[in-house]
Amino acid sequence: MDLTLKVWRQENSKAKGNFESYQIKNISPDSSFLEMIDALSEQLINEGKEPVAFDHDCREGICGMCSLFINGRAHGPDEEITTCQLHMRKFKDGDTIVIEPWRAAGFPVIKDLMVERDAFDKILQAGGFISVNTGSAQEANAIPIPQHKAEESMDGASCIGCGACVATCKNSSAMLFVASKVSQLALLPQGKPEAVRRAKAMVAKMDELGFGHCTNTGACEVECPKGVSLDHIARLNREFLAANLKF
Amino acid sequence: MSQLNSKVPSGPLAEKWEKYKANQNLVNPANKRKLDIIVVGTGLGGAAAAASMGELGFKVKNFCYSDSPRRAHSIAAQGGINAAKNYQNDGDSVYRLFYDTIKGGDYRAREANVYRLAEVSNDIIDQCVAQGVPFARDYGGYLDNRSFGGALVSRTFYARGQTGQQLLLGAYGVLNRQIAAGNVELYTRTEMMDLVVVDGRARGIVVRNMISGEISTHFAHAVVLATGGYGNVFFLSTMAMGSNGSAAWQVYKKGALFANPAFVQIHPTCIPVHGEAQSKLTLMSESLRNDGRIWVPKELEDAEKIRKGELQPTDLPAEKRDYYLERRYPAFGNLVPRDVASRAAKERCDAGFGIGTGHAVYLDFKDAIERLGKDLIEARYGNLFQMYEKIVDTDPYTTPMMIYPAIHYTMGGLWVDYELQTTIPGLFSIGEANFSDHGANRLGASALMQGLADGYFVLPFTINNYLADQIGVARMNPEETPEFIEAREKTLAYIDKLMKIQGDRSVDSIHKELGKIMWEHVGMGRTKEGLEKGIVKIQALREEFWKNLRIPGKTDTINPELEKANRLADFIDIGELMAMDALQRNESCGGHFREEYKTPEGEALRDDKNFKFVGAWEYMGEKKTPKLHKEALQFEFVEVKTRDYK
Amino acid sequence: MAQFLSSSIGKKFLMSLSGLFLLVFMLVHLTVNSMILFDSSGELFNRAAHFMASNPIIRIVEPVLAIGFILHILYAVILTIHSLYTRPVGYKKQKLGHSSTWSSRNMFILGLAILTFLVIHIANFFWKIKFTGHDLLADVTIHGVHMENSYALVTTFFIDWWWIVGVYVIGSIALGLHLYHSIWSAFQTLGWSNGIWRRRLNLVGLLASLVIAGGFALIPLWVKISTLL
Repeated sequence: MDLTLKVWRQENSKAKGNFESYQIKNISPDSSFLEMIDALSEQLINEGKEPVAFDHDCREGICGMCSLFINGRAHGPDEEITTCQLHMRKFKDGDTIVIEPWRAAGFPVIKDLMVERDAFDKILQAGGFISVNTGSAQEANAIPIPQHKAEESMDGASCIGCGACVATCKNSSAMLFVASKVSQLALLPQGKPEAVRRAKAMVAKMDELGFGHCTNTGACEVECPKGVSLDHIARLNREFLAANLKF
Repeated sequence: MSQLNSKVPSGPLAEKWEKYKANQNLVNPANKRKLDIIVVGTGLGGAAAAASMGELGFKVKNFCYSDSPRRAHSIAAQGGINAAKNYQNDGDSVYRLFYDTIKGGDYRAREANVYRLAEVSNDIIDQCVAQGVPFARDYGGYLDNRSFGGALVSRTFYARGQTGQQLLLGAYGVLNRQIAAGNVELYTRTEMMDLVVVDGRARGIVVRNMISGEISTHFAHAVVLATGGYGNVFFLSTMAMGSNGSAAWQVYKKGALFANPAFVQIHPTCIPVHGEAQSKLTLMSESLRNDGRIWVPKELEDAEKIRKGELQPTDLPAEKRDYYLERRYPAFGNLVPRDVASRAAKERCDAGFGIGTGHAVYLDFKDAIERLGKDLIEARYGNLFQMYEKIVDTDPYTTPMMIYPAIHYTMGGLWVDYELQTTIPGLFSIGEANFSDHGANRLGASALMQGLADGYFVLPFTINNYLADQIGVARMNPEETPEFIEAREKTLAYIDKLMKIQGDRSVDSIHKELGKIMWEHVGMGRTKEGLEKGIVKIQALREEFWKNLRIPGKTDTINPELEKANRLADFIDIGELMAMDALQRNESCGGHFREEYKTPEGEALRDDKNFKFVGAWEYMGEKKTPKLHKEALQFEFVEVKTRDYK
Repeated sequence: MAQFLSSSIGKKFLMSLSGLFLLVFMLVHLTVNSMILFDSSGELFNRAAHFMASNPIIRIVEPVLAIGFILHILYAVILTIHSLYTRPVGYKKQKLGHSSTWSSRNMFILGLAILTFLVIHIANFFWKIKFTGHDLLADVTIHGVHMENSYALVTTFFIDWWWIVGVYVIGSIALGLHLYHSIWSAFQTLGWSNGIWRRRLNLVGLLASLVIAGGFALIPLWVKISTLL
């Protein structure tokens, strides 16, 4: 298939960027979206130009490194998918595809389609863990955990930290990301001792780093490649409220 | 360096690790603050080690090439992690896990290391549960297990099809805690370029900041490489796009020995290649073989018709299907180890029974769905089935999956002793980056076990033994130490050399060519002639690389082509060493299969008399033939037998 | 507490509480207004209006209601301004319709529409009844109690001007769209939602918005149309 690509190009974090148009031909519908960009890179290199910089790594939908706002949607026109798993059969021959980086104050563009997402790391560093030293754990089966709780915890834990929730939210809110971790740990007995500190610290860090508030539009849930549910946000709200009621 | 000293403690197998721990030297808490450790890599091994050593009080610097530690490719492991908990009461024990691992590795791993791995496996599960890893549980709330290849017991713990992700996020969590506490300093988007050796000891590294292009040096009393495997030599593999062997290769050039480079694991259940544009292969978890049955058509004409699309696999009755694994290996059936399953698939496809492009076999869930119901299959493998459907565009609930073997893991790596120290004092290597525990073939769900064992429970002990006599060594200022300055200049010159080639080929085009050479000559079925031919081709490709490569862009900014070129230069060299190692090993064992050495039934034929050793290569200088050292493997506690999964 | 209220969740918490409080007011208001529909003599409505105007509890609640409105509006403005800074560079192409409802994305716009309506509405009735007075409000006596003839004021107003009816219908629609998103959303922000309750609350939201918006729109239409019959 032949396509027209409108791609955001930006030299570095300080430069002013702009859209460039490229024509690309003979793309197999069985190729992944990133393989299509690989083909564009090859074409640009052969023309003596710089290829488009974009983040990607595992290419199997789990590392969370790939991003891209494709034709107006985070990770493009398919459900519960990352850009690397998106395949060209979702497009038609002759289509024009607009490719943009994540846009959010918390995710500055560093080059072309690459953004810095270390804000997510900082939020987790504020409290997204259980403080257990290596070697101090008790026998794994000592505390039975009801299956449905473990499963729900796993639902939250399946977040890959890609940032699609922020990118797609009209307020650039990171609530779904924060909620996925708070909820995962709140559901487990192991996470209880630090629940108060965790909820307060992570929300404070999220606010500090320039992410917006949640207006419950639900767009994050729809665009989340792992389908992390808004119910986790309700639990985060609960945890945060409870944390602030305890003194 | 003629004699490799593995430093395995004496005494009975089950007491070695206890004995080691009782006798090793320790660093007192006050002195730990004065000692710096560099950990390169943030996967299961790296993150676990950095966090654990930070908890102990060491000052740790942790480096990764991606934007966050959580991206490390450990995250992609799907199926599970082994441990000898025996929760299923099915006869498991530390000894059995040890034995299965040794046997699975085709008797090419070090007994003492493997036993220690099995010993600490239970601690890993405890540790991860305490960190909040949401392992699968049964209705009673207790931990659940599934079966994996190469074992007759259910000992694999799992978190849906995302076990690696959950374990990595657990390690990343405790790492985050140490970063917040100031014990670990994290450097993201930073790639190691070289090792700095001062007076024969590893004292630091040279790194490139991948955003600014800045080259800087960092000092440490010890350096730990947790940089994963080199499977991307093949271009197409299940590794992440950025996974590379460059850090390991740099230290090899500085004197660390590289062991068993030819031992590469080819995973039997990957999604087949779709065409030339393919950039990477996607694994379908081995756990699928619990319920899926592997087959090809019994008749050549049926295979032909299926390839042409004239016949649907669902239309072929059971008696016209060849469930070749169940036929050849009735005891283990579809759960034979990976190397065996991969070779069997290749054998059928080479004989003309392949489906799809001819390089694929079926993995069929029809019987399992009939037996267990679609809901249960969906609960077990839902996310894998969804992934398959996204990629291939067919529904695996109704049409059998197509799979084919692909490069998945490298058992070979930096040679390390019992303490996980390389032949350069002060340089340690953990996880997939070292060679230690899997011999010639790794069993499923053992990579996660090894990464975490090394990172949480082995290295934090053994590194003490080295650092105990380093407390008197003052921190060096890299800006003023000649060795650091020199290493930095060397790196700058190297980058300059790469940028100046200015030919007309992209990195990927050369890399794809390397991949094809490797797959054809150093792949699943190797021959003397093929390997020799491969070496000649690799050498020619090296010429091509240094003459005809083109890296666009600049060095002082984000430049993915430069990063890839730097890695590819090393992949070419690694590829050559792999071929040489495969050539010297005149036997078939595990993932290393030489067509000349097989039984009449086509099974691998080991030569224990001549090749019961670890082949460790020493770098002798550019364009010089590396030197092979042999660490003889002693099997005191297991009987070395022909692997039999029948 | 100050820390809680200055956090993003704390601000939303205030929005939710004040919103739910305003919702209760809406229901009471609608109940009173619906009396217009059931008694064309106006007696029922006038008595209800008089009860509301004279009941001491309602008198106490009145300033609280004002505070509720002010808080809800104030925080809406604060949050909306803040969100302008969370995405300094916008997208060239954005397909939000796929992932969220129009009303959920335009709560502030809908709020502005409702506020505009509210000002008109207050000027039309509340202001006159409460402060300036009006000829139509001349006292009536029902069962021996003197009270203002609110019914006359309201119905005359709708009967005389078609466009006022239009304004009220539009105002009601804006209110309905606003409520459609807000009921579940308020409970979600308070943490009172999960997989099961989300569906229930969304249903409640749909019904409540239909009833409230429909009810408020029906009254002026009914008054106007019944004169034409």
